[in-house]
Amino acid sequence: MDIQIMKEYLPLYIDALWLTLKIGLLGIVLSLVVGVFTALFRFYKIPVLDKLSGAYIELFRNTPLLVQLFFLYFALPRIGIKMDAATCGVLGLTLLGGAYMAESIRSSLEAIDKIQTDSALALGMNRRQVMTKVVLPQAISISIPSIVANVIFLLKETSVFSAISLMDLMFTAKDLIGLYYKTVEALALLVIFYLIILLPVSFLGDYTERRLSYARSGN
Amino acid sequence: MEDSILKIDDLKKRYGKDTVLNGITLSVSEGEVLVILGPSGCGKSTLLRCLNGLETIEGGSVRFKDEIVNDENGVSSDITELRQKIGMVFQNYELFPHLTVFQNVMLAPTTVCGRDKKEVEKEALTLLEKVGLSEKKDFYPSKLSGGQKQRVAIVRALIMHPEVLLFDEVTAALDPEMVREVLEVMLSLAEQGKTMVIVTHEMAFARAVADKVILLDGGVIVEEADPETFFTHPKSERAKAFLEGFSYERVKGKKSIKKGA
Repeated sequence: MDIQIMKEYLPLYIDALWLTLKIGLLGIVLSLVVGVFTALFRFYKIPVLDKLSGAYIELFRNTPLLVQLFFLYFALPRIGIKMDAATCGVLGLTLLGGAYMAESIRSSLEAIDKIQTDSALALGMNRRQVMTKVVLPQAISISIPSIVANVIFLLKETSVFSAISLMDLMFTAKDLIGLYYKTVEALALLVIFYLIILLPVSFLGDYTERRLSYARSGN
Repeated sequence: MEDSILKIDDLKKRYGKDTVLNGITLSVSEGEVLVILGPSGCGKSTLLRCLNGLETIEGGSVRFKDEIVNDENGVSSDITELRQKIGMVFQNYELFPHLTVFQNVMLAPTTVCGRDKKEVEKEALTLLEKVGLSEKKDFYPSKLSGGQKQRVAIVRALIMHPEVLLFDEVTAALDPEMVREVLEVMLSLAEQGKTMVIVTHEMAFARAVADKVILLDGGVIVEEADPETFFTHPKSERAKAFLEGFSYERVKGKKSIKKGA
């Protein structure tokens, strides 16, 4: 393995790392927002929105991100909606992530016993207070493991961004292989950089899960 | 009646085709302790849940003072205000597991009433002290025994200054030795003149605490009396049968079995 050339590649990978992180994190934060609202629409069975949310979830969970990105990047401009590659990346990740987050959060909301709601209502709290102070905090802590799993999944999915010409880690590696044929070095760096992003997320997930389960059950 | 706090008039509750409550008429006056007895599934808990609008009803009405809480048109639009005056304690405590004891007690007064935090904190500590739990204030509910949880739940209801308190089989989930610590808190509330509606299976406690006892069966009130009359000379056959169910006769032939062994 040519360590010297790997050192020379490093700055390019670091640039790509930032791009991957920026788009990835923005997409994840937005997908949590979309996920919470979609989950609430479904949980409260709000007319129309409930059905739309269901259709949205099925559409985005059952099509590959690559196809969704192609649609956003190549098909939408044909009907007059033009977005740059980075916007398409964030939007694609948000829509895909939102569908997964929604399902995680909805199932956690449903896991909270209904009598917890009754007991909060009996204290004179209104529906919104019951949700934000009693049900949602408990649901979030239950859904942490599956939210972390979603975050890891979404960060890995960013590797398809290269297909819409975003210069992320995958794009950089493929580019360098094409230029210098140093396949092993380029791919080894790619693996290392994905681990740099994802291992901390896994560890943080384990840690928060322990903390939250302590808060929840005291154990 | 002028001084009645809760007035229930011909209340009817159905779940689908099943009639759970079939015309309950009842009133609870200021300072009165009403105990509701009855076999499992007779609708005691459902009746209690109708009183603070956790259940909708199909007929009749529930009034708090002069205000309608619940009738066939649905639950009052002022229900959140009404519920602050009608406290409730549940069988399985239903403390909020993600909050400490102190946070559990503080949550409703600070978020619902917007009361001064300092003043509520002081009151929370005093109330926890009274039930002997001030040193547990920073514990999460999972670290408490059932009896301790239930006392916290009572404090959580009391801090809202309710004018009437509903107790739904609050000792049914407790180990026998913890029942007493909860019942003593309730007895002292009765002594302070708090208005209470209590669903319970603790006959001795019912007799000690009640001003009025009703027996519910098949969705109707089959007996309504003061506790002495109820427990010593019940009028209805149903009440007699119900009370007999709580006494045991020595198992016949037990000795002879032992001899044979």
